[in-house]
Amino acid sequence: MSHDIHPYIGFEEYSEHVPQSIPLAVQQATTRFVGGRAARVAELPQWEQLRQIGSDIRQHTLENMDVHLTRLEEKVEQAGGHVHWAKTAEEACRIVLQIAKDHNVRTAVKSKSMATEEIELNGALEAAGIRAIETDLGEYIIQLAGTGPSHIIVPAVHLTKEEIAALFSQHLGIDAPADPIELARIARETLRAEFLNAEMGISGGNFLIAETGTLVIVTNEGNGRMCSTMPDLHVAVVGIDKVIPDWESLTVFLKLLARSATGQKLSTYTQFITGPRRAEGEFGPKEFHLVLLDNGRSNILRDPVGRDVLKCIRCGACANVCPVYKNVGGFAYGSFISGPIGAILSPQMLGTPTARELPYASTLCGACADVCPVKIPIPTILRHLRRRVAQGDEFAASTMPIPIRVTAMFASIALAWNWVYRLGARLLPIINPFFRKNDWLSGLPYPLNRWTKVRPLPPFTATFRKWWNVRSAKWKDSTR
Amino acid sequence: MPKAQLFITCLGDQFYTSTLQNMTYLLERLGVELSFPPEQTCCGQPLFNNGFEDRTRAVALNFMHAFSKSDAPIIGPSGSCVSMVKHHYPSLFEAGTPEHALAVDIASRTFEFTEYLVNVLKVTDVGAVYPHKVTYHASCHYLREMGLKTEAKALLNAVQGLEYIPLNEEETCCGFGGAFTVTYPEVSRAMMENKVRNIIASGADTVITCEPGCLMNVAGGLHKAGSPIHAMHIIDLLSSKEEPA
Repeated sequence: MSHDIHPYIGFEEYSEHVPQSIPLAVQQATTRFVGGRAARVAELPQWEQLRQIGSDIRQHTLENMDVHLTRLEEKVEQAGGHVHWAKTAEEACRIVLQIAKDHNVRTAVKSKSMATEEIELNGALEAAGIRAIETDLGEYIIQLAGTGPSHIIVPAVHLTKEEIAALFSQHLGIDAPADPIELARIARETLRAEFLNAEMGISGGNFLIAETGTLVIVTNEGNGRMCSTMPDLHVAVVGIDKVIPDWESLTVFLKLLARSATGQKLSTYTQFITGPRRAEGEFGPKEFHLVLLDNGRSNILRDPVGRDVLKCIRCGACANVCPVYKNVGGFAYGSFISGPIGAILSPQMLGTPTARELPYASTLCGACADVCPVKIPIPTILRHLRRRVAQGDEFAASTMPIPIRVTAMFASIALAWNWVYRLGARLLPIINPFFRKNDWLSGLPYPLNRWTKVRPLPPFTATFRKWWNVRSAKWKDSTR
Repeated sequence: MPKAQLFITCLGDQFYTSTLQNMTYLLERLGVELSFPPEQTCCGQPLFNNGFEDRTRAVALNFMHAFSKSDAPIIGPSGSCVSMVKHHYPSLFEAGTPEHALAVDIASRTFEFTEYLVNVLKVTDVGAVYPHKVTYHASCHYLREMGLKTEAKALLNAVQGLEYIPLNEEETCCGFGGAFTVTYPEVSRAMMENKVRNIIASGADTVITCEPGCLMNVAGGLHKAGSPIHAMHIIDLLSSKEEPA
């Protein structure tokens, strides 16, 4: 996935054809997460302080990323691991393929990873003749469905249990019931064989601790542990933004992450991986490779406003509270990452020519910023990126269609030259009789047809000024 | 006698004359001497929020000049427009310039209507009577940018005869979002319909907001849904005993 090949993201077009089942399925899950999060947050009186500390640590890390990454590399290698640097998505895929080729890998098991979704690793592996099996239940489901994830932590959130049962029946040649427990059992049985069979395990990573070169993986299903310990080879693909200074920092993020994501105090499994196994008979793979992915991140770091997006710890809380996300689902955002965080990451990672609609996919209601565990000022960054789209900035030229730019110019003139505005306000009520129906206006021409197709508009009145003038004149007369 | 300048907002100006009249009566009854700078148009938020910051400056300058003829506080019936002036005007101009100094001055004396009543005049009971079941929609910028969590409720609480009914998802956006309504009308529709469903399910006969934008959206949505529920600006409810001029 890179700037030049990613297709244009048509949020508006998608938003007009959202399958009916998606908002229902999404809202069911997000309502549960929002409730769980609120309950966990209420238990911690120091929650706001924790958020501030988390935000400060991430800020510090972004500002000193070179130092922490250098230290991380040194420590991973000291522990016997191999570190690879990937400037682009293609390069990251190439590195993983080379490692697979060197070890004659035919089957790879994968634990859930946003970084490998970002680089579209599964497609690259398949093209090279390597079977890649997703082992997180949600990822397994969307792999069967042949789509990307529609939520950061629950990738198949858009599907109902009936749809999932149908997928299982179709792909596994069985008669799968629409029962979540039974479906999980079927997946577990199918995947068990793959774990035993695979020559390579692929994971992402939630954090990279620079202090000791430790990869931290947070999961609920235990599949991450299977992927990283059963095969003799473990490859982790992790964005450079995941680095944190030390273990003390980790304690803060572990407190913030699961509470914000699923409403758990801690996820079921928290794994710490420092290099491969050191002796025969010890736990873990023989070889450990860490692929550090840039893919536009160091470019984003150059923008002092936009770079706060890299503070993200991928909890998905912003999507869970976002009324836009909850009504369109994750696919509307057109890339591996959706919701408010996707709306501020994709335009920076893929460029505004590709993702110019996304910064506008928000009412700027601010619910996301309220819940973000690392206090990313999402509405501020949305406005910042809207500026980039509308008028261009030092990072990109304007990509706003010319008619809208011309409209903005005329609007600016009308609102700044107050006699133009006042004249307009007097003239607008003239149109009322043509569109009036029961005290409301409907069927208005473009662009207001886009308002009235959804709900009617109150009639234009603009009579306050006149009323005020008459009243002031009377008052003056009476006091004269 | 406190003085104040009326900031009527462009949506108020276009669509809500009686609300602005009620605002005038209410403030005057509370002993505020009002003036109205006729040069005011719009705060410029529609341009600003859509990324046209350079085009916003001229609009902001018009506003600042209109309101700088008096040093009285500026009172507006919209948390969103007030937040634009209060929180974003200073960022439009380079620090150290006279425009920036003026923006900071204007920002420091601009207040949202309920904020001014409750926090400046220290009034919660304005003598209103409204014997109805009332629910309340918390508007996003009013709530989150202005941080006004308790003011509207304190005012409603003091209204005689009013039965307050909490709204499910009270703090969820109604789908207005200014230009958002015409940029992504179908998403706006889904959000509005969700809000309207919650309002109808509340069992209230009146829904209150402190924002002309949300009011247009929610009232239009209720009308379209065929619901008899009244959507009202809080000013109109607080004036429910007022005699028209």
